[in-house]
Amino acid sequence: MSQRQIIQVFEQYQKARMQFVQTVADLASRPQNIEILHNAGVMSMLRPLMLDVVPSIQQTAALALGRLADHSDDLAEAVVKEDILPQLVHSLSLQNRFYKKAAAYVLRAVAKHSPELSQSVVASGGVDALVLCLEEFDPGVKEAAAWALGYIARHNALLAQSVVDAGAVPLLVMCLLEPELALKRIAASTLSDISKHTPELAQTVVDNGAIAHLAQMILNPDAKLKRQVFSALSQISKHSVSLAELVIEAEIFPAAVACLRDPDEYVKKNVTTLMREVVQHTPELSQVIVNCGGMAAVIDYLGNCSGNLRLPGIMMLGYVAAHSENLAMAVILSKGVPQLALCLSEESDHTMKAATVWSIGQIGHHTPEHARAVATANLLPKLLELYMDASSSEDLQAKCKKALKSILQKCTYLPGLEPLLYDAPSNILKHVVCQFSKVLPHDSKARRLFVTSGGLKKVQEIQAEPGSPLQEHINAINSCFPEEIVRYYSPGYSEVLLERLENYQPA
Amino acid sequence: MAELLQIKSQVKEFQQEYVDKNSYAEENRQKENQAATRIQSWFRACKVRAYLSHLHKQAVIIQKIWRGFTARARFRQMVKAAYFIMKMNFYEEMAVRIQRRWRGFFVRKYIHNFYARKSYLEGVSQKNELVRQELDELEELQKRERDCLEMVKEQTAKVYQAYRLHHLLSTKQCPGVFNSPFRPAPHEMEQLLRQVKYQAPTRLAHRGRSCLLGMPGPAAPSFPGTPGSPWIKNTRTCSSSRPILHPIACKKEQSQFREPGEVWEQHLHCPDLTLRLQTSHTHLEEAQKQLRQQEGTGSMLHHLSHSRSSFTHPAYAKSFR
Repeated sequence: MSQRQIIQVFEQYQKARMQFVQTVADLASRPQNIEILHNAGVMSMLRPLMLDVVPSIQQTAALALGRLADHSDDLAEAVVKEDILPQLVHSLSLQNRFYKKAAAYVLRAVAKHSPELSQSVVASGGVDALVLCLEEFDPGVKEAAAWALGYIARHNALLAQSVVDAGAVPLLVMCLLEPELALKRIAASTLSDISKHTPELAQTVVDNGAIAHLAQMILNPDAKLKRQVFSALSQISKHSVSLAELVIEAEIFPAAVACLRDPDEYVKKNVTTLMREVVQHTPELSQVIVNCGGMAAVIDYLGNCSGNLRLPGIMMLGYVAAHSENLAMAVILSKGVPQLALCLSEESDHTMKAATVWSIGQIGHHTPEHARAVATANLLPKLLELYMDASSSEDLQAKCKKALKSILQKCTYLPGLEPLLYDAPSNILKHVVCQFSKVLPHDSKARRLFVTSGGLKKVQEIQAEPGSPLQEHINAINSCFPEEIVRYYSPGYSEVLLERLENYQPA
Repeated sequence: MAELLQIKSQVKEFQQEYVDKNSYAEENRQKENQAATRIQSWFRACKVRAYLSHLHKQAVIIQKIWRGFTARARFRQMVKAAYFIMKMNFYEEMAVRIQRRWRGFFVRKYIHNFYARKSYLEGVSQKNELVRQELDELEELQKRERDCLEMVKEQTAKVYQAYRLHHLLSTKQCPGVFNSPFRPAPHEMEQLLRQVKYQAPTRLAHRGRSCLLGMPGPAAPSFPGTPGSPWIKNTRTCSSSRPILHPIACKKEQSQFREPGEVWEQHLHCPDLTLRLQTSHTHLEEAQKQLRQQEGTGSMLHHLSHSRSSFTHPAYAKSFR
């Protein structure tokens, strides 16, 4: 055979391989085909193609592998089992940028499913190879590498530590400065995933100057970037006071409040999460946020959104109010209590309700003024109802009880307390009666109101063991009124009168 | 003799008397001794008693004087102490008053300052109001911007559609689709079609896009063949600050618009590389090697290579030679 014919044979084979690989890659982009492909043994077919001479076949094979591994757990495990990872990692350092992108995609697809798979990626040296990719010029390669590192670091602290130990963080911070938006997004997301696990990791991220760069990107118009930036900042600031202070010193706050009106709801949620993480540490940090008007913005945000998105906002209000009565009064003045009442009535999820109840408790327990604000919003009967409801979860009931007790111990607003006299169980009732016994001796108008609204009658009907604190309070209340009135309202008075009538002999 | 006898009998009597007296005295000796002792003791006792009582009296006097002295001294001391304590109580009372006032003042001014708290809370409310207003304005602004961008996008889409559908323009002979005779007035699409100027598709530049629309340039969507000046016959009334200049009359299209064939050719063939790039970067070593090889083989080849090398590298040839 002539040379040309021999060469033609090779060219045909190469065309066949190319076609196979391209078709597999196209098929793999549709989820319904993947099972069939897997059963047909595509993994073992693709493996030798990744070592092919022709670069484009290698790249397409890698792409196909990536799509397969992306789809499900088992396929990713199959990739690991077929020992493809070491080969991939080795060729990552040698090949051109298209191959690097495809290989990084495969690593990402494998690592995203579970910590064990990520561990196998790390064990085959994937992290170092990916960090080398981060030093490339091509932004696509950097993006793919950063994405893969992000998925690896997401699972647990150990994996995140291995990513940091490979020296990824300075390179990621440099990626934040690149002009491409996609790269910035991914870098911010990866930094967020790294710093969420432990304070040391967050400190490492901060030491590389991430905060300043993240702070610059807050006013960028791209919504997805803002989501990741705020998520990263909140993961950094949640660990300790010093980290939160560093974040605040970057002067994001008056500007970040503007992002609370962004059309994208996850941006708003992440801003609120950041505020919550900052606020929970010390009163001074809460002051910073209250002083720049963050409270009003968060309360408006709570009014505009619904469902799970409200949770960070509610918790933030609770944390702010918990620090001191000043701040709790600031929350009340910013119209926080009506908003929380709305949230309580609108949300049906028990964890949300529990969080709302906790926040209300934190607001109301400081002084009688605060308790009055809570009582006038008609929240006490609602709290009681939630406490008594059998379908509430344990956590919700416990929180309701705690909140009710702490608010009741300071509440002197009698019209708010009266509805509680009727339905409350005895452990709540004793607090209610105790409050009445404290207020009634000094206020004559309140006494009159108490009698006319039927409260005295109700108090007489309460059965209490003699000597218990409840009985003492009842006695204290009874001693505020003249004896005839007390006797008049005591149960069974009409029978007593009738008996007296029976026994009366007219003279 | 008689006297002697008498004395002798008297001696005997005397002796007898003596013995009797002695025995009598002997008998009474004890009693008398005891009596004497008693009398003496009594007397001595009286003496001692008198002495003791004297001593007592003197001692009493001394003690009386001494006790009075110490008592008065103690009393003076007690009076001083009582006075001191009274003074101290008074001072303490005054100090308590001062401290009470001071502490009340200090606490009310620096720790639980009611007015500071009140003004702080008022400040917070005002700041909240301000922030709410500003945020509302900001949101309004952003919404308007977005709406504007949407409108621009829509408009460009419409114009692009008109450009693609220009063949549906109504002619004198036949009314177009959008110009139905049953309609009172032609459809807006018809108006657009009339305005759009058809041009054969060439590679259009992006210039004129922003100045036409008067909108922020980079924000406008980039369409293939944007509604720039090539399409719209009469430019829309735009509040652009840049004056639109008339196109410079030239018989050929502007140099940026090349024939498609030219461009395609360029894609296929590499351009002539510059002289420097035409030669490989190891040409020098190769030339030296060649020269060394041909040194031995003959002067003709030597000349040839020399001329060749001097042709390609006039500068280097000089240094080489």
